[in-house]
Amino acid sequence: MKALEHKLWRDLWNLRGQTLAIIAVMASGVACFIMFMSTLDSLLQSRDRYYSEYRFAEIFVPVKRAPESVVLRLESIAGVSKVDTRVVAPVTVDMEGFHEPIIGTITSIPDSGEPLLNRLYLRAGRLIEPGRNNEIVISEAFAEAHQLHPGDTLRVTINGKRERLHIVGSGGSPEYVHQVPPGGAFPDYERYAVMWMGRTPLARAYDMDGAFNHVVLTLTRDADAPAVMDQIDAILRPYGGVGAIARKDQSSHFMLAQELTQLENLSGVFPIIFLSVAAFLLNVVVTRLVGTQREQIAALKAFGYSNIAIALHYLQMIMLIVLAGITAGVPLGATLGHMLSEIFVEYFRLPFLDYTLEPLRVLQVSLITGAAGLLGTLAAVRAAVRLKPAAAMRPEAPAVYRTSLLERIGVQRLLSTPTRMILRNLAHKPVKSLLAILGISLSVGILMTGQFQQDSINFMMHLRYILSQRDDLTVVFNEPTSHRALTELVSLPGVQYGEPFRFVPVRLRFEHRSYRTLIWALEPDASIRRLVDNDLQVIKLPPDGIILNEYLATSILHLKAGDRVVVETLDGRMRKASLPVAGLIQEDFGVSAYMSLQALNRLMQEGELISGASLYIDERYANEIYQQIKERPAIAAALIRQQEIRNFHRVMDQTMLFWTSVATLFAITIAVGVVYNSARIILTERSRELASLRVLGYTRGEISYILLGELALLTLAALPVGLLFGRALCGYITLTVNNDMYRVPLVIEPSTYAFAAFCVLLAAAVSGLLVRQKLDKLDLIAALKTKE
Amino acid sequence: MTNPVSDTSNPTHSSPAVVFETHDVTKTYQMGEVEVRALRGIDLELYEGEFVVMLGPSGSGKSTLLNILGGLDVPSSGTVRYGDTDLSTFNESVLTQYRREHVGFVFQFYNLIPSLTARENVALVTEISSQPLAPEEALKLVELSDRMDHFPAQLSGGEQQRVAIARAIAKRPRVLLCDEPTGALDIRTGIVVLEALAKVNRELGTTTVVITHNVAIADMADRVIRLSDGMIASIEGNPHKKSPSELSW
Repeated sequence: MKALEHKLWRDLWNLRGQTLAIIAVMASGVACFIMFMSTLDSLLQSRDRYYSEYRFAEIFVPVKRAPESVVLRLESIAGVSKVDTRVVAPVTVDMEGFHEPIIGTITSIPDSGEPLLNRLYLRAGRLIEPGRNNEIVISEAFAEAHQLHPGDTLRVTINGKRERLHIVGSGGSPEYVHQVPPGGAFPDYERYAVMWMGRTPLARAYDMDGAFNHVVLTLTRDADAPAVMDQIDAILRPYGGVGAIARKDQSSHFMLAQELTQLENLSGVFPIIFLSVAAFLLNVVVTRLVGTQREQIAALKAFGYSNIAIALHYLQMIMLIVLAGITAGVPLGATLGHMLSEIFVEYFRLPFLDYTLEPLRVLQVSLITGAAGLLGTLAAVRAAVRLKPAAAMRPEAPAVYRTSLLERIGVQRLLSTPTRMILRNLAHKPVKSLLAILGISLSVGILMTGQFQQDSINFMMHLRYILSQRDDLTVVFNEPTSHRALTELVSLPGVQYGEPFRFVPVRLRFEHRSYRTLIWALEPDASIRRLVDNDLQVIKLPPDGIILNEYLATSILHLKAGDRVVVETLDGRMRKASLPVAGLIQEDFGVSAYMSLQALNRLMQEGELISGASLYIDERYANEIYQQIKERPAIAAALIRQQEIRNFHRVMDQTMLFWTSVATLFAITIAVGVVYNSARIILTERSRELASLRVLGYTRGEISYILLGELALLTLAALPVGLLFGRALCGYITLTVNNDMYRVPLVIEPSTYAFAAFCVLLAAAVSGLLVRQKLDKLDLIAALKTKE
Repeated sequence: MTNPVSDTSNPTHSSPAVVFETHDVTKTYQMGEVEVRALRGIDLELYEGEFVVMLGPSGSGKSTLLNILGGLDVPSSGTVRYGDTDLSTFNESVLTQYRREHVGFVFQFYNLIPSLTARENVALVTEISSQPLAPEEALKLVELSDRMDHFPAQLSGGEQQRVAIARAIAKRPRVLLCDEPTGALDIRTGIVVLEALAKVNRELGTTTVVITHNVAIADMADRVIRLSDGMIASIEGNPHKKSPSELSW
């Protein structure tokens, strides 16, 4: 080993505390990047393999009822590759000992063998066998939720007829990755059952013999998808086709894609912040190191070492730190990524996880980290090699100080001499002080990002489930039905009050843009389900016109209040009307449109029909009411508000908890790294001064005040900056996670601010104590012998 | 053991009080695997108000002795009496208190705080001692009244060292310990600094110990102590004390 290499290792060893802190910060940044990216890659790869191996369809078309013979016409459309027709039936399930209503969807599969498209993967049991009329395969999630196994039976009501069905297997299909019940917002595996049954028995039970009510297709590679979809619509419209749905709009795929996009967006934010902080730290330490090594560098140059050799020496040191950060961060990130992927796979119900850490990602993170380290230290290294040997051999002239601004405005008399030292030290190198403040504020900011999401979600939930949607129970009918159905529901014992609603699937058009969504219609003076915007204002529905979700209006359709929007209903009747946009509503969930019930019914020209009702019920009668509802085949779904809230939390808490813990852990690592380094740098810079003071008779406590006072001032100055920065960062995150499913409002509770401030203060206190211990080991005599 | 020090060797003080009395002081450092015996049995008395110059080559133990007298270090064996107390039994915090109230230090590299003005560097000490001079008074004594609000970077080396002297004497210490106070200065500036030390010694009566390589400085001392190899080689009185302006090297 060459002498310079010895020096390299010794320097690293001497700076081990700081080096470790930087490695920890770099490793956090790297791990964060790898965690996000590998999760994203793995989920995409797993999903794509699932889609391709199980032949996920590309076009989905629900119809009322079409004869099987139509298939030939569909197959003959240029660009269509495969066509598969099915019967899809809404059902209710009755489970012994489970009072709440369970709804389900049964999709037909061939009486024998695999379906052509949207194949099933089996987790347990087998597919149905020909000639066995009462066999079903159920979704793995539902099976798990109710502890169901092949061999068990299930009581299912199809089209008003009760059937006893034998479970022969459990599994899933790519079209039901995300299993959200109709009308629901979140997966509910206990109350929503996805099932598969033989085509013949299902068609018989659902009156679809020789016909189908759902068709799925794939396209050839060169197909013109919109043109094909138009032709499909033209063929199926007479059969009650409500418009072909492209894969991107298919509900399961759509939600999965939204979630993955969000993950991708977050991946672009966090690792960058974490890496920036790490690079900043690296820069500070190397600058410092080079500063203290002036004379050594001069000696090396005097011995004949070239600038390049010296530059390489320091670059080597930096790269070793970077390398250590990567070496520690990549496996950590991979482990966390694997855990996060498992959680998502569980959440999305993907049948398998192909966890993969792409070499490209490691290369990317190495390049980013290496470049960050390189850039951060370039200036310091340049200063080192620029020193003339003779200049470097001379001691540095005493630094030029000035009275601080605070003193010049007249508070000087109030300050003790040590306090003046603190202020002047900070003012002396304003850039360095500002950088230290910046470093600490960054860590305050990122500490907030882990926590604020919980605040925002609590706000969203409060708005939706406490202020806006206040029913105990929402009942949805199979078909729009007469107002009398509400009267009948309200007359059930235990039902205290009810209000009707109607929804109609529509396509909204403005200029060349269009979007599929639902129009929700309510009574203008409804009190159970109300429109409440983000300012907590209740919005009253106008007698005419339509109110649009603001995100739908501004980000998707690009229209404003007062414009006219074209509404095409997708209920089979395909009515078309142009309606004035009466107003916009800022909402966090969904992208719906709203009308008064009367106005919608005028548009539909069908009389006073309702799709469902929101009910207040007496909890004591809940089970009896559920029982009544189960016995009414016209009721397609019953959603219990409390259960919706629980479903949401079950989903969110898992991913959220993981994310919050990881982000907080990383943020704390960074906070400790930054603060500890700042404290160590202050110690290095001040040790001679402090030792001189000790010699002059200052106690340890008194010199600690000077050292820790500087750290405390830096930390205190960083807190407000950090909290503002954190707010801005959280605001940026809310922008990146906006999607059609939900917008995250920027809500930050005082507790989140307090948490971030507390963590950083704690990190400062611990770092202060660690550094304070070093003060006890100050070499008083050496300080007297050394030059500045 | 013979003690070469006798009362008659200190002609300027008729009945001088003893400030320091060391008895068989040794100091051994462990430098890695090597044991360094820096002091090997020092017996010495220092008297109230005298100006002592300690000479000796590098490694002779003079700095170690000064550090022990100043309460920066403790002996490995032996006793160091300061008035009625034994410094060698003091713990860390008592030593700090001792330095704070009784000892003034002047160092080769001044050790001023760059962020404080001359006046504030002195105030640093006056703020923590019980009966200090006003910083202005101390600075006046070293003839820096017109430079009081300058920062170290705005002062010459000699001026910086005089600030250091003002800082050291402002607490009215009983002893002033100077380690190579002119070591970093040229002759002209060095003489100005020595004049300041002589003046403080004369006007405040502070016992002053100066350690130096510079034999010429011995001419301004009351007594000259030579150290060699961790032991006292000789102690001589100086009957023909010169003023610093008469020195040359």
